Amino acid sequence: MAAVKFEQAMARLEAIVGELEKNDLPLDESLKIFEEGIRLSKNCLKILEEAEHKVEVLVQDKNGKKRIHAYSQDDATDEPSS
Amino acid sequence: MTGLLRTSIEEQFSDIYLEGELSNLRAPGSGHVYCILKDKTSQIRAVLFRSSAVRLRFSLQEGMHVIVRGRLTVYETRGEYQIVLDTVEPKGIGALQLAFEQLKERLSAEGLFDQDRKKPIPAFPRTVGVVTSLTGAAIRDILVVLRRRWPTLHIVIAPVHVQGESAGRQIAEALNALNELSFVDVIIVGRGGGSLEDLWSFNEEIVVRAIAASHAPVVSAVGHEIDVTLADFAADLRAPTPSAAAEAVVPVLDEIVERLRELTIRTGQVMFRHCAFERQRLDAAIRGVTDVRFRLQDAAQRTDDMVDRVRALLQRLLTSGRDGVHKAQRDLSGLNPILTIKQGLATVPQFSKRLEGQMGVILTQHRYRIHATLAQLNTLSPLAILERGYSILQTIPAGQILHRAGDVEVGQELEAQLASGRLSCKVTHVFDDSSV
Repeated sequence: MAAVKFEQAMARLEAIVGELEKNDLPLDESLKIFEEGIRLSKNCLKILEEAEHKVEVLVQDKNGKKRIHAYSQDDATDEPSS
Repeated sequence: MTGLLRTSIEEQFSDIYLEGELSNLRAPGSGHVYCILKDKTSQIRAVLFRSSAVRLRFSLQEGMHVIVRGRLTVYETRGEYQIVLDTVEPKGIGALQLAFEQLKERLSAEGLFDQDRKKPIPAFPRTVGVVTSLTGAAIRDILVVLRRRWPTLHIVIAPVHVQGESAGRQIAEALNALNELSFVDVIIVGRGGGSLEDLWSFNEEIVVRAIAASHAPVVSAVGHEIDVTLADFAADLRAPTPSAAAEAVVPVLDEIVERLRELTIRTGQVMFRHCAFERQRLDAAIRGVTDVRFRLQDAAQRTDDMVDRVRALLQRLLTSGRDGVHKAQRDLSGLNPILTIKQGLATVPQFSKRLEGQMGVILTQHRYRIHATLAQLNTLSPLAILERGYSILQTIPAGQILHRAGDVEVGQELEAQLASGRLSCKVTHVFDDSSV
């Protein structure tokens, strides 16, 4: 799930910054996790940009079949049949 | 007779209220409930037919103190009169309140409200499900807050009635339907404020069970802060209001982007600092090496000078000193500091505290040996020889040191260097040994 991936990536990025700021790694180790951090940062931004940006309504018709349609202000005036 | 009595009783007691305690409670499979209603001094048989029994929200219990409304009738088969109950209210506490307490106790005993069942709310949901009415204030508030905080959020609304007969079933079905959409990360279920009756659907068992069974974490938001429903107990997180629920499920996108930016910048800055630091260390090391090199070159030059001076001195040595001079030359070339320094430079390691130390030792050794050699040479110095009464003869103006009398002719001007001072002389006779 992208949400989980994002959360993990952010957490890892935080950890990397902390690790780098401790400043007790040899240069090549630092470089390695630095590169990982930059990669994570790019991925995170990509995930944020990929977001879907839509509001939908999930309805069930009389036969119990479900469908999803885009939400519009008109929906607010329809009450679901029951 | 019984028939007459019945008609008479039913006419006179068609709508009565009684208060008493329930006993001999029986609920056979038919769905009708039978009991005896009694107080300290009297008792009466009572029956609650199924049609009325299902409308009861709480369950009747032995010894419960109740206020009932109903009509008197006669059960002809047994010849007994009894009251047919229409409504039963618990005494002292509202029926709904009692129902709430009873269901709460039952579901709690089942573990539905246990803390360890609670699922964590994802920190960054991509898709939020909302179960509420499309016409209420709740959906408006939720949408406003969600879109303000995370404008690109994917929201799926499952519209339901939030009060009335079918509301509980609809809410439960909506929760199940959203769970079937695997991409829903978290669900908000709730409604705006209302009376205890209005909020009742959120106390229904079917709703509570649907919330507890939800795979996606559920945030409940029913009514206002003071309203607590069983849905709240079953939910993974209880928000006091619909707006608060929306705030609880999504962070502010701008803040997350800013946080990401900050982390990225810090990553770069730290790395830059680290590189700069390493670069500085490297520079220092190179400087160290260069320092040593300069010092070596300097030392080499100074030893060159010394060697030149020693050579000049050697050239001016008298024949009698030759053996000693050869020895001194051998010694000098054996100790040639330039060679040693060149070897030293060839092995200069890249980072050089060690090297600096080693070179320091080597230089000290050289300095010491050069001094020793110079001291040794000094004993061979012509000046020292002159002290013993010899003098050096040089032609004027060529300044050539004389070794043989035959090298000059009569009339040649010579300079004689003594231990102290010089003499200017002229050759008057030449006694060449070889010609003898």
